[in-house]
Order: sequence, then structure tokens, then C-alpha cells
Amino acid sequence: MSVKQKTIDLRKRMQEALQGGGSKAIEKQKATGKLTARERIIALLDPNSFFEYDLFVEHSGKDFDMDKKYLPGDGVLTGTGTVNGHPICIYAQDFTVAGGSLGYMHAKKITKIMDHAMKLKVPIIGINDSGGARIQEGVNSLAGYGEIFYRNTLASGVIPQISVILGPCAGGAVYSPALTDFVFVVDKISKMFITGPEVIKTVLGEEISMEELGGARVQAELTGNAHFFAESEEECFEQIKKLVSFIPWNNTKKAEAFPKKSPKTKSYKIEGVFPTNPQLPYDVRSIIKAISDDSDFLEVHEKWAANIVVGFARLNGQSVGFVANQPLVLAGVLDVDSSDKAGRFIRYCDAFNIPLVTFVDLPGYLPGIDQEHAGVIRHGAKVLYAYSEATVPKITVILRKAYGGGYIAMCSNHLRADFVFAWPTAEIAVMGPEGAANIIFRNEILNAENPEEMRKKKIAEYKKKFANPYVAAAYGYVDAVIDPSETRHFLIHALDISKDKQEIRPYKKHGIPPF
Amino acid sequence: MEDIEQKPEEKDYSMYQDINIDNILYTTIIPKKNQEKKPYKPKDPREIYVFIPGTILTIYVKKKDKVKKGDKLISFQAMKMNNLLLSPMDGVIENVFVKEGENSNKTQMLMKIK
Repeated sequence: MSVKQKTIDLRKRMQEALQGGGSKAIEKQKATGKLTARERIIALLDPNSFFEYDLFVEHSGKDFDMDKKYLPGDGVLTGTGTVNGHPICIYAQDFTVAGGSLGYMHAKKITKIMDHAMKLKVPIIGINDSGGARIQEGVNSLAGYGEIFYRNTLASGVIPQISVILGPCAGGAVYSPALTDFVFVVDKISKMFITGPEVIKTVLGEEISMEELGGARVQAELTGNAHFFAESEEECFEQIKKLVSFIPWNNTKKAEAFPKKSPKTKSYKIEGVFPTNPQLPYDVRSIIKAISDDSDFLEVHEKWAANIVVGFARLNGQSVGFVANQPLVLAGVLDVDSSDKAGRFIRYCDAFNIPLVTFVDLPGYLPGIDQEHAGVIRHGAKVLYAYSEATVPKITVILRKAYGGGYIAMCSNHLRADFVFAWPTAEIAVMGPEGAANIIFRNEILNAENPEEMRKKKIAEYKKKFANPYVAAAYGYVDAVIDPSETRHFLIHALDISKDKQEIRPYKKHGIPPF
Repeated sequence: MEDIEQKPEEKDYSMYQDINIDNILYTTIIPKKNQEKKPYKPKDPREIYVFIPGTILTIYVKKKDKVKKGDKLISFQAMKMNNLLLSPMDGVIENVFVKEGENSNKTQMLMKIK
């Protein structure tokens, strides 16, 4: 055969492999509102940047007549490409080929591209759309999952790992996304669970739909397994592109600096939304937007544990991670879920050299039997652990109340914040004035002619003396009390001068965080 | 985005709820999950429940039977396994609420011991 003939043969082979599960299966995939694996990769990567690996890989199943079957690419596409001009490794399971089921060679393709990402020190994006293990391949399919989980763990904190759930992701398969940094879900398309509705019905007699059990909303609102929720696949890809603009390409780099932009101060004004009375609510995201570049804030875990807000923004072009109590929801308390959410985000930022900015406005930890019994002690400790452990620049702004254990936990001076600013509206105390006055002046209140009046008097007295930032400032626990309108200025200053911050910790294999 | 011209202290907060933390009432949104929480009820060892939903296979005791701690009360099938419920204490069976062959979930009391 001549070169030309050989090339024609190559094209023919490619054509065959590129058709995936064939037109019928593709039609079926489209009917459920889903894109095909190839369309997804093309939509996510920069135009014409996808380079496919292992198109000609074939499955290795021998039993149950599998040796007679041809599965193009063995149900998964892998390759490299660019996002926002930066290199990236990617894989997408192809549901049209044997339901995207994971066999030995399918897993081999995934682990190969993961190893590649680790060598090249670039992020890996995994698009999950699979019925699960390929039962016909038995233990080899389990081995495949195990190899993926192991690599997920080794890559954790070294390269960014992003999981996109665009179909079912069930059984052992969901542990790969769970081990990665960010999980994206799409309404009505994503389904994640360990045991599905059918097993639950036969074993336990309980009936539930896939959507109610592990649909996108459940994962984004109730469980916190998903970090980003989108209405459509297109919106989901936009979210991913935005996220990767805020994070560095690996743990030896810093996030890319962008041209500096001013906040949209016409739409977002601190004075406009911020009540000085600590009992009144406001949306802390408005404060974040009022001081961030272009008022652009990408919230992580937007729908879950809304009493704390975490996410990315830029200050003078530099990427920062915001952690802020949200007085709008549950008065901004720390509880089991919000501690979990904050702790994880802090550790992410620390692993990837993203400075942390903390806004404090909380009455403390949420009281309640359910919280205590749900282990708020060990979950709450995650925040303390994560902040203490973090060595990236840590900047804290105390907006209003900072009471008790909540004050300590929210990146206080004592957990080695590099800068602690307080607004003049800050109240730093062991507890709120009402509670404190009741304890300190118990006898005076009890013995008074009019106890109620005495209580009010003593509360007012306590408020005047302690409900301010100046007691803490007098001990040096607050570095500066600042005019709220100058917050952006001070934050940028703090970031600029801590650019080369280095903190050396004693050697250890790893710590034992409370999880 | 909220109306920025209005002073926050004068805003209408009537759509919010109050939560009490350390004797201070905070105006805020209380998520459904937190509103739905049931009052805490300590477990009564005299009330016998399955620890996992399943099918009752054998009931070893009847009303007014004397039982000793560790005696077999009920066997049931769940997760493809036969499971045993043993008496947590010495006592007398006050009442039995299930029959063999019935399905039982975790909220249904199976029997009570006096």
C-alpha cells in the first residue's frame, strides 16, 4: 500500500471510532437534553485546541461474548487542549458507548491522562456520564476505579482537579468526584448516589426517584457534594472557564494576574446595605462586591450552608479567596455544614497559593441539641485547623459582631492572621452584651428594686464599654481600626506587602485534621 | 440587588424571622432544614425498634412473657441478612405491635418491655 492508501485506511479507521455509539445512541443521548462527549469537550476547550489520545484503544473484556463486541474508544474520550489559552488535560465518558461503563481499558485511558496531567503539572477535568462498572469485566473494572481514586488522592493539592457530572455517576464511581477539588452539576442531568433507587427499594422498601435521591439540586443544596450548580450544560462550561481563571495551574504557581479594575461603586455601596445594629441582616456578598475588582465574585457552594459565603474575587488584579459570615442566613452562625464548607475552601486556597480574605460578622456557633449531636465540636474544629494550618497571606476584617469561639475561629490574630482590620462598627467580645450583662451583673440585677430596669441599664453599660473594636485594639489583637470605605485600599496594601510571605512549619508527614 | 438608596436601619425586615442566640434576637432567614428539625427525644430502651428497615421473620416472645437481658425477641431480614433483636434488659413484654411476615421501618415500635 502506498502512503496515500495507508492514509485513507487511517481516515477510515478514525471515522469508525469517531462515530461513538452510533446515530441511534446519539439520538437517545440528545433526546435527554445532553450533549455528546465530544461536543462537551469542544464546548469547554478553546476552539480547535482538542488533541485526542487513545482513539484506537479497544476493550479487553473476554467473557460473556464481550470479545465479539467493538466499543469505539472503549467509551471514554481523553486528551489535551487549552482553556483560556492555558494547557489542560481532559477526559469525557461517552454514554453512547455501552452506557459509558467503566472497563479495564476505559480506566487505563483515564489513568494515563491523569498521569500526564501530573507530569505536565496542569489541571485535569473529568466529565462523568456513566452507568458505572462494566459488570462483564468483573474485578478488572473495580481495579480501574481503584487506580483512578489513588491518582485523585496523589494529585490532590498538586494540580487542580475538576469533576463535571453530566449524567449518572453511581456506586463507586462517585468517589472520584468526591476526591477532586470542585464538582459541577447540571439541573435534571446530573445524578449522583452510592446506592440507587432500585437497590434502596428492594433492600429497604423505601421508594424514591433518582432526582430526589441524588439529583443536581439535592447535591448542590442539601449534601454539599456539588460546588457549582447550572441550569444547562452550556452554563456549566461557562462556570468552569470562569473558575479556572481564578486558580493557578498547579501548586507551585500563583493565579494569573488580571488587569486591575475598580468595583462598580454605583451598584454596590457599603453604606447602602450595611446596618450598624448587629441584630439586623444584610447580604455580605454585597460588601464583597463593593470592594472587589469589577464587583466580580464567583461563589463556591452558593446553595449549600448559605450561612457562610466562600468564593473567589480579585483585588487589584490578584486572585483572592473570600470567606465571610452571612448575617442574612441563620444570623451567620458557624454550624456543622458551614464549618465543613469553610474549612475545605480555606485548605483549597492554602494548597494553591491563593491569599485568604475573611469577613467576620457572627454571633458564634449555632446552639442546639441537633448541632451538638451532629458533632459540631469536631466539625467546628475544621475551621480552626484550616486557618491555623494555612500559610498563605491571611487578612481579616471584622465588620460587626465577633463573639466568643466564633471570633477566634474566623482567622483571628491568635490563629496568625497577618492583618486584622476592624470597622468602627465591630464588637469583639466573649458574647453579646445581653448575655454577658446577665452573667456579670447577676447579683446586682437580682437584688435590684426593679430587676428589668437594672438589666437594661447594665446591658447599656456593658455595650458602651465593650461592644466596640477598641478593647481588642488596645491589646493589639486588632492591628488597625479602619474607615469601611477604605477597606479595598487596606486589603490591596496588605496583599502587596505580603506577596513574598514565607512561613516555615515543623516537618511532619501530614497533620490529622478533624475529619 | 437591594435598593441602595434606602438606609439599612430603616428597611422593612418583616419578611425575616428571629433566631435567639445567647439571649439576643437576630433578624435573619432560617432555612427550611433548620425549621423542620424535630424536638429531641431521648431513646427509651424499653421500646424496641428495628435498626434497619426489613421483614419480620420470627417473634420469639408474646405479651406478658418474662424476658432476661440478652434473650431473643425478634429476628428480621434486611440487607439479605438475618438480624436478631435481643432484650436490652430484664422485664416483662408489655405489648407486641407486629406480626411475622410484616415489613417494618425504623419509626415503627415493634414491642414494649415493662
